[in-house]
Amino acid sequence: MPIVTYRDALNQALREEMQHDDRVFLMGEEVGEYNGAYKVSRGLLDQFGPMRVVDTPIAELGFAGIGVGAAMVGLRPIIEFMTWNFALLALDQVVNAAAKMLYMSNGQFPIPMVFRGPNGAALQLSAQHSQAWESWLAHIPGLKVVTPATPYDAKGLLKSAIRDENPVVFLEGEMLYNTKGEVPEGEEILIPLGKAERKRQGEHCSVIAHGKTVLIAIQVADALAKEGINLDVIDLRTIRPMDVEAIAESVKKTNRAVVVEEGWEMCGVGAQVVDYIQRECFDFLDAPVLRVHQADVPMPYAKNLERAAKPDAQKLTAAVRKVLYLE
Amino acid sequence: MAKKPPKSTSSKSNSELNHSFLRSMLLQRRFEERAAEAYALGKIGGFCHLYIGQEAISTGALSVLRPDDYVVTAYRDHGQALARGMTPRSVMAELFGRRDGCAGGKGGSMHLFDAKLNFLGGHGIVGGHIPLATGVAFAIKYRGGDQVCLCFFGEAAVNIGAFHEALNMAGLWKVPAVFIIENNRYGMGTEVSRAMANEDVNARAATYNIPAESVDAQDVFAVRDAVTRAVDRARAEKTPTLLEMRTYRFMGHSMSDAVSGTYRTKAELEQEMRRDPIILLHNRMTEAGEIDDAAYAKLDDEIKVEVQDAWDFADASPEPELEELYKNVVVESLVTSH
Repeated sequence: MPIVTYRDALNQALREEMQHDDRVFLMGEEVGEYNGAYKVSRGLLDQFGPMRVVDTPIAELGFAGIGVGAAMVGLRPIIEFMTWNFALLALDQVVNAAAKMLYMSNGQFPIPMVFRGPNGAALQLSAQHSQAWESWLAHIPGLKVVTPATPYDAKGLLKSAIRDENPVVFLEGEMLYNTKGEVPEGEEILIPLGKAERKRQGEHCSVIAHGKTVLIAIQVADALAKEGINLDVIDLRTIRPMDVEAIAESVKKTNRAVVVEEGWEMCGVGAQVVDYIQRECFDFLDAPVLRVHQADVPMPYAKNLERAAKPDAQKLTAAVRKVLYLE
Repeated sequence: MAKKPPKSTSSKSNSELNHSFLRSMLLQRRFEERAAEAYALGKIGGFCHLYIGQEAISTGALSVLRPDDYVVTAYRDHGQALARGMTPRSVMAELFGRRDGCAGGKGGSMHLFDAKLNFLGGHGIVGGHIPLATGVAFAIKYRGGDQVCLCFFGEAAVNIGAFHEALNMAGLWKVPAVFIIENNRYGMGTEVSRAMANEDVNARAATYNIPAESVDAQDVFAVRDAVTRAVDRARAEKTPTLLEMRTYRFMGHSMSDAVSGTYRTKAELEQEMRRDPIILLHNRMTEAGEIDDAAYAKLDDEIKVEVQDAWDFADASPEPELEELYKNVVVESLVTSH
């Protein structure tokens, strides 16, 4: 099976879906002639031309709204944000327009579109460029929020997002673009939105992760397996709608859980996961559920401070040991 | 770019058009007078922004459109909805928050929608819908169609970023959108001179290489003529236009706002009300011998009956079913393969 980068898996998804449906177009900053700030759209301008791969001025609010307008009359836009940090300028369009149009119009105007781009901290980009937005966006009824961790998932989830009849927020891990994984050739990969996946099987403790933190969870699971501690790693894949069944099924088996995310603690994704766990698994828990997340500070620049702020294998391992009462 | 308001081209008008315009404007006027009454009675809640005084814009502009063209507007949307052909029943029922409203009672006054009439809302964030219009026009061009998208907003919206981003891309990509500023001189309670460094709103069009025109918008034919020129240009050349419609609102910003006395004087209001677009057209038709007092009274009575019917219909329409609460949040569908 071919080994493909996350970046190229996304590129395959875009290419296939643009071939599949001529209502699909890609719009954003540097997506065309520059081939994408992160090269996700490499080669698409050549193949599909400037009407379907549209370079925009730096105007996130404007082109996000243009996407919503085009979706209202039957096109299927993919709006690329160079990073989700810049999408803050466009949130009025994502939240007030895209997410609510179907409801406000009582079903008359579905908005089949994707807002996508890199999310989460990379390396030493400091405060304004190092943020994970999924908890903000997952708060909004009317949106779906997707956070692929692997190249296979990136491809299959993006293809499904493009075919979805709703506005989908697609959060790509900025640090994941170069990661590699198996992606079969010549096979239609469509992963349903709203379904988690077990990435490691284990009976001692559940680790619920999404996006980049899935890789951390796998790393920790593989290391602890050598000590005979087996983690059940649940990759949420979609934050909204969240696969509560998969979470509950795992926690009822392991009786312990740690939730890990790139975002901040307050009102984070983990808070919602813990809420589901206490409701669904109250009688099954053998320890308080712990959370691992970014330190409650804007991201600092200095290497050592940045490392201290981010969730990592060490912090996750410590949390797992704690819920297993191994400390 | 700014031009003097063009001379009225009412000589082109014919009696039939005059009558249809008078009817359209009078319907909007009587409809909203009753909406204000229903608001006072608590039958309509929330925000309710009346269009009274500005009816020549909706009437003149939408008379130019074909059924397959598109309309996007702001929250002061009752007039445009009616002028586009939405029924007084469906609009009034929406204002009443009832099942038979054009959005099933989920949108309310600010969010009127009708997909069959390509009426794309009814949007509540100042200027937020202007990029939508550029997007609709982009989609028209993408498909190679010859429709246009008309977008209405108040003059206060030209100070917000969304306006500039949307017009820049419309001018850059040459898409068939017509942006219509309804300049009623007050953004809520703030007069233009207190909000704009340059009050010439058309100067903004020049920035984006978009043709512009200012119009005496109390004259329905001046509106129609200017919009005709803009729509023709959009269809033929795929070029956007910015039109400034100089108008005045006779009511407050919303129902919670005094009509005069705070940010504008009673004298100013009375002065402007002498240029009521309905009276101007009525006078012109009277002078031309196209209507007499009896005919006008008959028309007005018919419209009042129609509006009363809308009221009765809305009042009798049931509230939405409670299970509607969770419907149309998302489209429920399965992903399908090729």
